[in-house]
This record gives sequence, structure tokens and C-alpha cells, in this order.
Amino acid sequence: MMKLLFALCFSVFAAAASAQDIAPDAQVKKITNEVIEVIKQDKDIQAGNRKKIDQLVDAKVLPHFNFSRMTALAMGRNWPKANTEQQKILTNEFRTLLVHTYSGALSTYKNQVIEFKPLRAAAGDTDVTVRTQVKQPGTEPVSIDYGMEKTPNGWKVYDVVVGGVSLVTNYRETFNAEIRDAGVDGLIKSLVSKNRSLETQASSKPK
Amino acid sequence: MIMSRRFLRLSLLATLVGLSGCATTGGSPGDPLEGYNRAMFGFNEGVDKAIIKPLASGYRTVMPEFARTGVTNFFANLGDLWIGINNILQGKVGAGASDFGRFAMNSTIGILGLFDVASNAGLEKHNEDFGQTLGRWGVGGGAYVVLPLLGSSNVRDGFSRLVVDWHGDPVWYVGNIPTRNELLGVRGVDDRANLLDVSRLAEEAALDHYAYVRDAFLQRRRSLIYDGEPPPEAEPAKSSDSGESRDAAARVETTPAQIITQRGERIATAADEELTPAKEFAGVAAPPAAAGQEFPRVTGAVYEPRIPANYAALLAVSAEAHAGLVRTSLRP
Repeated sequence: MMKLLFALCFSVFAAAASAQDIAPDAQVKKITNEVIEVIKQDKDIQAGNRKKIDQLVDAKVLPHFNFSRMTALAMGRNWPKANTEQQKILTNEFRTLLVHTYSGALSTYKNQVIEFKPLRAAAGDTDVTVRTQVKQPGTEPVSIDYGMEKTPNGWKVYDVVVGGVSLVTNYRETFNAEIRDAGVDGLIKSLVSKNRSLETQASSKPK
Repeated sequence: MIMSRRFLRLSLLATLVGLSGCATTGGSPGDPLEGYNRAMFGFNEGVDKAIIKPLASGYRTVMPEFARTGVTNFFANLGDLWIGINNILQGKVGAGASDFGRFAMNSTIGILGLFDVASNAGLEKHNEDFGQTLGRWGVGGGAYVVLPLLGSSNVRDGFSRLVVDWHGDPVWYVGNIPTRNELLGVRGVDDRANLLDVSRLAEEAALDHYAYVRDAFLQRRRSLIYDGEPPPEAEPAKSSDSGESRDAAARVETTPAQIITQRGERIATAADEELTPAKEFAGVAAPPAAAGQEFPRVTGAVYEPRIPANYAALLAVSAEAHAGLVRTSLRP
């Protein structure tokens, strides 16, 4: 049922040149459509070509995410326990992990229809949820919601919620446990070794 | 065959009841049964790797996509009846009518459900089950439990699934037992095949696979109960409420009637507590013991191994433990 979800949640944020004055929901729609267009036309991406997917993600998706806010959200009340240097490392490692997951998901896109729901927000809001739905026959539509905040550089995504599951806060309990057992440095260590094992895995695959 | 199935189900239930009573300590505060759960999770993973996943992968390789979609649609169509009944039980009559409409349309124009024409006609598929209905009625989930083979669940949803849901599943009413079992098998493999990608992604994404699956399940169920619009949840609330449910689960021996009379008062306090912003942001969950003290202990009742009695008791107990769900209960 949810095979696509991962794929689409991240496919949304492709290049919008200057997103300053564009409404957040319009931004999501525009970028989603652009990314889907690229995937549809690229046979290599559909076949799971990691390099090409990474390129697409780097160029079009990542600029629209606020990774330090994401990391803070995943850490919850433990975030202030990390010093500035640790926060920087954590953000970097968490970013690598999230990007890996999303990239892996991208190639599972198969012509599902995405519906954009009207934005429920007041004019001056600086924190909104943009709601979308992926429609697939045989299963109920799956929602992909984006928590977005207004920054001087335009609207940035700080949370992605797929079918009710936040891909960010889903780490909170794990992070809590790691920090309880081995402190902030213990969590950093786990993240680093997780990313390293994913990297080895990816390079040993024939693709 | 029927006997053995009944036996299996009963032993699953017994496990559930037994586990609720003997919460282990340590580990994550939101997961009192973590020790058992991790072991069962490991067992399920083993079975999946050795048998179920290879079957599902083979099925996906051999069957063309349109055929697999047909199989998925066929079983999804049968499921719409029970989904419709649950929507009506939750007071969502319009959604229920739409589910029955889907069944009528897909069973006829959609050729026995092989094609989901109703979705194209604007009748959206829903996701409901009896566990969600209970949640909607204000019954809390209770502790997280990993069921043998069936995977992630909690006390409320586990009982719903093992005791209630299968009565609403047309496949279980197929008279010819070998045919019925074949249908159940195909459905199981098809379901697993549909999840191959997502399970791989989850495995890659997780630092701790067990915790990742658990927390995704908990978020997902919460979202489903509120039909995708759950109220925001403060971080400390989570650990306090499962702490309470652990405490509550330890008191299974109280009789249902006694608990229900106490429930009203307890709900009121819990709701008030949650609305106090100072507590939500205090960063420290109220210790479970404190919650338990407000709840007068009932002693003297003898533990009764009859499942229906305990079932009602558990549901009642977990109801008072989950103030968050109570707020949207259908209570007037």
C-alpha cells in the first residue's frame, strides 16, 4: 500500500527558482509536478540508478528542506543537550540518512495521481501544513503532508508526514533511547555507522 | 483444522492477556512489554526472511502487474463491507454508505471486485477496522504488543483483530476449508508483496528497526482513528499515557463494572491535566504511580481466566488510561 509514499514525499521539492513570494501550497504543487515529470521521462531513475537519483535530489529537492529544524524536531527535548558542534554533526548525519531513504523511495514511483488539497491557513501564517494525497486503486488514498515554515529564503519544509507517520518525529524515541544509554556522542556514533553501512551496501550492489 | 485454528487464536489471546498482566520494566517508558516484543519481533523477522518474503518476491516476479492489482482489488472489495459497518458504528453514515456503494459497484461493473471502478467514480476507499471503532469510541490503545506472525498491534487492536474483525471478513465464511485457506494464503502473500518496497525502505531508514516499526505503527494508528487529522500531541504526553496503561494493565483483576464507574472521574482529571500547558511543556512525564494513586485500588476480586470478562475489563481500563483519545469520543 505505502510503497509510493516514501517516494513522493520527497519528490515534492524540486527546483523553484525564487520561492519568496509563492504561496506554500503552490510551491509544493509546482515542485511535485516538475519532479514527477523528470522521473517519468528518465528510465534510469525508474530502474533505480542511484547516481542519477542522488543528482536529482541534490539539485532540486534538498534546497527546500530545513534540515537543522528537522533534526531539532527529531531530537525533541534532547536538542538543547547537544552543543553547537554536536548539533552541526547531528544535522549533517541525519540529513544523509533521510536523503538516502528518500532517494531509495523515488524509483518506486509508478504513475500514481497526486491530488493537492486546498490550504487552510490565514494570510499572515508563517507555519502551515500543505496537504497532498496519492491516489491508487485498491487502497485508500495515502496522505503526504508537509510541515512548512516561512523563512527569509522562502518556505522551507521541516516535516514530512506520510499516511500519518512523520518521517522526522518517528526517530524521536530511538534518539531518546540512544542518548539515554550513551549520550549525544553515542547517538552521533550510531548515525555515522548507520550511514557508513548504507554506503557500503549501496556500492556493493550491481546497480 | 477448525479446532486447531480456534486453539491458535485462543493461545494468541491468552498471550495478550498474560502479557498485559506482567509488564516488564526497563527500556523505553512508552513500551512496557519491550522485552517480549523485541523477542517476538525477531521471531517474526526470521519467519518473514525465511518463508514469507521469498514467497512474496516470487509472487511479484511471476505474476504480471495487472494480475496482482486484480488480486489486491478482489480482496480489497470484500473488505469494504466490514469497513462500511465500522464507519457506521463510528457514526460516519455517509462514509459507510459510500463503502457499500463501492462494494455494489465493484462487485458488478468491476467484475467480482477485480477492477476498482468505484474509486474512479469518486467513491474513495477507506481504512477502518474494529480497533479504530473502539478508538473512536474513546477506548485507549493500551500497551504496544507484537503479535506472533501478525506483527505490530496494541492491546485494544490485538483483541479487536483476533476476536472481532475476522467475523466481518467474508473469506472466513467460505465453507470449503481448503479453498478458504488458499484464499487466506494468497491474500497474505499479496499483502506482503505490496509491502516489499516499503519494508525495505523502513529497514534502511531505521537506526533501530524494532523501534522504528513500533513508532510508525503507533503514529499510523493514531492518524487512522482520527481519519488523518489527529490533534497535535505534546511529547511528554506519550510516555505518561503508556505508563498509565502499564499501570492499568496490571489491574486486570478488577471487575469491568467497577472500572467503568470509576472511569468517568478519571477521564475528567486526565483531560484537565492535558489541557494545562505548563504540564505539557514541563518536559517530564508524570510518573505512572502518581496517576495510579488517584485511582482507588480494588482488591478481592479473583482473577478469572474467561476471555470475554478480561476483554471488557481491559478495554475499560485502557479507556481511562488514554485521555488523548477521550477528547474526541462520541460521548455526548
